[in-house]
Amino acid sequence: MPRPGFVLDVDRSTPPTLVWHGEGFRLERLPAGSRIVYAPEPVAALRDPDAAVRHALDHPEGDSAPLRAQLRAGMRLTIAFDDISLPLPPMERPDNRQRVIEAVLDLAAEAGVDDVVLICALALHRRMTEAELRHALGDRIYDAFAPHGLLLQHDAEDPSALVHLGKTDHGEDVEINRRAAESDLLVYVNINLVAMDGGHKSVATGLASYRSLRHHHNVRTMQHSRSFMDQERSELHSSNWRMGRLIAASGVKVFQIETTLNNDAFPKAFGFLQKREWEWTARDRASFLAVSAATKRSPARLSRSIFQSMRAPHAMTSVQAGEVEAVHRITTEHVYRQQLVPVDGQTDVVLFGLPYISPYNVNSIMNPILVMCLGLGYFFNLYRGKPLVRPGGVIILSHPTPWAFHPVHHPSYIDFFEEVLSTTTDPIEIEKTFEERFATDDWYRHLYRTGHAYHGVHPFYMWYWGAHALEHAGGVIVVGGDARAVRRMGFKPASTLRDALEMAEDVVGREPSVTQFHCPPMMIADVG
Amino acid sequence: MKALLFERSLPRFAAARLASELRTGAGARVGPLRLADIDDPQPHGPGWQRVWPRLSGICGSDLATVDGRSSRYFEPLVSFPFVPGHEVVGDLDDGTRVVVEPVLRCATRYIDPPCPDCASGQTNRCRNVAFGHLHPGLQTGYCEDTGGGWGLNLVAHDTQLHRVPDAMSDDAAVMVEPVACAIHGALAGAPGAASSAVVIGAGTLGLCTIAAIAHLRPEIDTVVAVAKHPEQRRLARELGATTVVEPGELRRAVRRGTGSLVLDSGQLTGGVGLVVDCVGSDASLADGLAVVEPGGRIVLLGMPGVVTVDLTGLWQREVSIAGAYAYGTEADGRRTFDHAFELVAAAGLERLVSARYPLERFREAIAHAAHAGRRGSVKVAFDLRKEKRR
Repeated sequence: MPRPGFVLDVDRSTPPTLVWHGEGFRLERLPAGSRIVYAPEPVAALRDPDAAVRHALDHPEGDSAPLRAQLRAGMRLTIAFDDISLPLPPMERPDNRQRVIEAVLDLAAEAGVDDVVLICALALHRRMTEAELRHALGDRIYDAFAPHGLLLQHDAEDPSALVHLGKTDHGEDVEINRRAAESDLLVYVNINLVAMDGGHKSVATGLASYRSLRHHHNVRTMQHSRSFMDQERSELHSSNWRMGRLIAASGVKVFQIETTLNNDAFPKAFGFLQKREWEWTARDRASFLAVSAATKRSPARLSRSIFQSMRAPHAMTSVQAGEVEAVHRITTEHVYRQQLVPVDGQTDVVLFGLPYISPYNVNSIMNPILVMCLGLGYFFNLYRGKPLVRPGGVIILSHPTPWAFHPVHHPSYIDFFEEVLSTTTDPIEIEKTFEERFATDDWYRHLYRTGHAYHGVHPFYMWYWGAHALEHAGGVIVVGGDARAVRRMGFKPASTLRDALEMAEDVVGREPSVTQFHCPPMMIADVG
Repeated sequence: MKALLFERSLPRFAAARLASELRTGAGARVGPLRLADIDDPQPHGPGWQRVWPRLSGICGSDLATVDGRSSRYFEPLVSFPFVPGHEVVGDLDDGTRVVVEPVLRCATRYIDPPCPDCASGQTNRCRNVAFGHLHPGLQTGYCEDTGGGWGLNLVAHDTQLHRVPDAMSDDAAVMVEPVACAIHGALAGAPGAASSAVVIGAGTLGLCTIAAIAHLRPEIDTVVAVAKHPEQRRLARELGATTVVEPGELRRAVRRGTGSLVLDSGQLTGGVGLVVDCVGSDASLADGLAVVEPGGRIVLLGMPGVVTVDLTGLWQREVSIAGAYAYGTEADGRRTFDHAFELVAAAGLERLVSARYPLERFREAIAHAAHAGRRGSVKVAFDLRKEKRR
């Protein structure tokens, strides 16, 4: 029986705590009286995930008919699936997408459906490489579809491949992939790693254009999503739900298949990352020392490549299919079952040790903007109820924050960092002054459409992702980061955690309450 | 008189070059420059006057000379030994404050009729710099017969002298000569041919060029400046640059600003109409070629020397490279120095004078000038106002 997450009160006998620090870790001793929030242990996996998938397709949720009843010869079937940003780290083969799509294709073949197209729902993310697609879908699917041009990657900048379905009652444009919209059935295959994923967001975001996305990927929406991990209080979700309902009302028939994973995120060699420090065995301690020594001595590039090659033993914990909202209600329950940790009250200072990976640097470099997004966007928003840190409190991030960018994946990030952040770090000012120019820049468009670049506007979204945290917190300190890069983002650099805590006292007063959010493994603080 | 004297000494040239490879400006310690007691230069006839320098600037070309890095091209155009210093504000014997326009032209050599360039006012292009009445020398400060600003006095011809307005400070006046160079570079190219420009380098020349474009090229509404150091970046913005970037950021900044695409080679498909290269290195010229638009112009204002660069893009995109040496008469018929006096006052360019040294501390002065950007400085000058005349 997996143990739930819990909050440890630090006393003098508490061993040093592991704090993620990019492609490495720090062992830190927190002041007595601090708290450490630990994630629940991985919940049990489905015993036979393939059987569970087949069962879900035959026993849909909501008012949806079983998938096999919706398939017929001569129909146009489109299967869209989540892109490289999920799950984190990438999971060991077979990936959930492969399991589900193979099952869907089996039913399609039985029904004689021969017009089938697969679309990677990447929105404004980068296109996946062949190796990444093979990993997500399996070689059999890749080889059956890709050579015939039937495995597509959504192109949010191809006007001929988009269709405008109308505007919501809030005036939001809904423009999505034409093939998906004009198919007799759109099957969406999702992996729900965090509570933000899935539901109407799958199609309304994953298959949308900039014209559509800008209605919810903006500063106002982010500042009014408290948090965007809590669908009931998320403006991001409200907007996606309005769009999703308009998509359904426009006649687009969506059969949603959602899967959840447990938070078994690291392979055996890195098993210590899943454990609480006082439960480390001699072997765990030896692994920790070996990994720490190796990462300290290796060039950054080698460390990055070692960590990026890590495959998570994530296991499927649920699969449900059918009508979008009914499916997603169940999915969310499963996510919460795995990830919620009750926390009593907010803290003056929160410590987030940031790992080497975020949704936008898989097989890539965690550049400073992504550090900001991971810390102030994702980690800060991993709460339900109230943020873990009190209003005016201090957020301490631990990450090397190198002034380094992947030139192929993140070209507009470099420009954003050089031009935009050297002018202002205020999300509202950034949105007003710079967004449109970057979003409509032909060069970024070209790189997004033909290479493996994130869209020109993507770094803006990353910055907006942290807008609520920037508004909420009294200060942000980065421990062990490149001082120039940290300052460029408007944060304060600190060499050690002790320095950072002293600096934090200038903002929140003497002897502040301190809480470490010991993530990953993934969790959500349910702050009461 | 006391002066810094630069002598012909091959071993010392070699030592200076070697030392400067290790640290720029180190040529002053081991090279052919020394503090000496020498005879006063003598007037060469009618129209010549003695000038007692008050301030005398240290220029990039002086540093290259001291460090033994000047091109051998100059060998027949200078005469040894010489007293360097061509950015000079000083007093005449009657106390009149003047700025020296150092270019030695036909008039100073008593060559009559003058060469076609001198006749048309383009005295910087004088064809007789190695001939005539004087020993060879492009300018005061490179000629054995005239002396230079790094000595207690020099001689200059009436045609080289510009009276300094009473209201103008010495700091402002010593900036007139480098500002004239910058203006000449900024005005190169047909007016109206460019609406955006790049200025590479933000030392004295670069900063003055930014100011010159801001004041004298109203049709240019976008000026991207490349500046290495924080103080340079601050000044570049103050003087009129609309965008200021670090050296590695130029191509991306111009691409963003012009909406260009980029070829795999790093060459932009579009670019700016005018690039003023105030550095003159392989890298700066390559950057200039990458960001200039087809049919655009690159002006070499910084002294280039021997550079290696791929000119295929220049050929294919019909780009022109033009030199801009010193000053003369501009397209509007006015002397560049007249523009320069106005610009120094209008843009408050005396603020660029950062440090002043006595001649005795010449090694420190040259080291400071060689690392001015890193030390938050721009123009370093010798201050001779407290020196006793003999």
